[in-house]
Amino acid sequence: MLYRDALKKAMDDLMEIDDTIVLLGEDIGFYGGNYRVTDGLFAKYGEKRVIDTPIAENSIVGNAIGMALGGLRPIAEIMTSNFSLLAYDQIVNHLAKIRYMSGGDLCIPLTIRMPQGVAKQLAAQHSQSFERIFASIPGLKVFTASDSITAYYGLKQAILSDDPVIFLEHILLYSQDFPFYEIDNFDITKQRVIKNGENITLVSYLKMLHDSLQAVKEVEKVLGITVEVIELTSLSPLNLDLVYESVKKTKRLVVVSEEPKTGSFTSEIITKVMENCFYYLDGPPLRITAEDTPISYNRNLELFSIPTPDKIATKIINWGREHGL
Amino acid sequence: MNKSLAEKFYYYMKLGREFELRAKEEYMKGNIGGFLHLAIGEEGTHVGAILGFGNGEFFVHYRDHVYAIARGIPTKFLMAELFGKITGISKGKGGSMHFYSSSFNFYGGNAIVGAHIPHAVGLAYAKKYLGKSDGVMVAFGDGATNSGNFYESLNLAAVYQVPLLFFCENNNYAIGTRIDRVSAFKDLYKKAKDYMPAVQVDGMDVFEVYKAVSLAKEYIQQEGKPYFIEALTYRYEPHSMSDSGDYRSARELKLAQERDPIDNLLKKALKEGLLTKEFVEEVDKKVEMEIEEAVEFAINSKEPDLEELYKDIFCED
Repeated sequence: MLYRDALKKAMDDLMEIDDTIVLLGEDIGFYGGNYRVTDGLFAKYGEKRVIDTPIAENSIVGNAIGMALGGLRPIAEIMTSNFSLLAYDQIVNHLAKIRYMSGGDLCIPLTIRMPQGVAKQLAAQHSQSFERIFASIPGLKVFTASDSITAYYGLKQAILSDDPVIFLEHILLYSQDFPFYEIDNFDITKQRVIKNGENITLVSYLKMLHDSLQAVKEVEKVLGITVEVIELTSLSPLNLDLVYESVKKTKRLVVVSEEPKTGSFTSEIITKVMENCFYYLDGPPLRITAEDTPISYNRNLELFSIPTPDKIATKIINWGREHGL
Repeated sequence: MNKSLAEKFYYYMKLGREFELRAKEEYMKGNIGGFLHLAIGEEGTHVGAILGFGNGEFFVHYRDHVYAIARGIPTKFLMAELFGKITGISKGKGGSMHFYSSSFNFYGGNAIVGAHIPHAVGLAYAKKYLGKSDGVMVAFGDGATNSGNFYESLNLAAVYQVPLLFFCENNNYAIGTRIDRVSAFKDLYKKAKDYMPAVQVDGMDVFEVYKAVSLAKEYIQQEGKPYFIEALTYRYEPHSMSDSGDYRSARELKLAQERDPIDNLLKKALKEGLLTKEFVEEVDKKVEMEIEEAVEFAINSKEPDLEELYKDIFCED
């Protein structure tokens, strides 16, 4: 199933049975959504439930907070995470705080969907990843969808949650076809082991998960080892039990993400692993991220600044050789 | 104005003022911390708006004490909140700026200027969608009318055609900056009049505010559309307890105090026989006792357990 169709199916399936679920965002209705995720829902549910908003992200989130307080279960789409900064006050000062400031009186069952990451030559203002700034705010849950399973089951879990959820998608995954099958008792907060292995634990999510999986084939061939790959489906709450368990076995950690390196969410993952598994490690962790630069329009510079399957493989192989693999 | 209305006006305005005078005292004693924004002088605006609006959801900024009192939230829970106690209306986690009570349809208590206005638009949308709206009111200050939140909300309330009353309390100062120095319009209702009906009233006259808000409420309920009121008022105290207030002249303050909303009501209502001296004395005594009890309740209430730090972050813990 296409990733975008899995997202749509999650919304559609729940909208059919619960008419308090409404969608709002830029171009999501009549136009069908910039990435076609909501295509067809406007015709099916009408303009009162699939609401075309003006280009005013602050109000999209601010209005959605009010809708949630008023008994609806809104799903706001921010066209890309780059524009979420216009709603940053609403997300941080209001969405994440109102329940606490009200002493637990109020609930805000709001899901904010947004794609992020580098696509192709969209330049500095349309290519960013922001998981670090959402996952570090108490009061927000932050989920990621890396394939059609997490897109469908994860988004459903986000929508049904009575708490605010930032639901991160990746701009280059929308048109990808992933296997889809039925799962009972899916829980996005538990993280997922994608592939078992013995010698390295690799942690990633969103598009970098797929680039890493490609790289791992090369790494395993060249080094003659196996790599365990863990997908983080929930960055907040951040339950790393699967990672600790894995690192205690493999004794080596690699984390891959598309954020610029300094202060990226990889730092949090590595810190927690160091706090919990320090004496199990056989060498320093490896962090593979984008460069600490804005993203360039020029294709060569763009690709030079972010991890690619080749670069991920080379970095892991060099690091592995340097540290006894 | 009739007798029972005049009595309610007096009771809530007096209760609001005495509550705040006492809060000021307790702040000086160190029993209340943080920022304390008083509305002394603005009672006609706050009480007139709440009583005029009746039922319906209400959103407000951080100068929220008198609005909450007029909504009928018992003063002991409000005073306990100022004292940071677990019995406070927000369990001591919000403080002066963050009174919340869903059972009183009181949605804060928000301390980011203008940022709560979009919430009111959204809630009004939800209620209209669910087909059960008494109307929604959002109060904000003159300072908020220069923010993007304000303009986005005027636009969207008009686009979505939601039953929402925009209530602007213009006390002439955005913290320490006089509004005409930073706003292109001195008459703030003019900012809204191309989006919806918009009027200006004397906020120092509780009955004028009440009348305007009652009419607005009727309009938004019957038409299902937004409406805008600007109430001209004045705060006697500085912006907050940590502000010197020296950006205003003594003469300006004195002129405002000559139009005091409580004195104003008393003068009129006693003359017209709507209030009696006996009633006023009785209310004064009752208010004094109620405030005393509220303070006692706050003092005797427990601090939150330290475990409370981790509670109320999520609904699903």
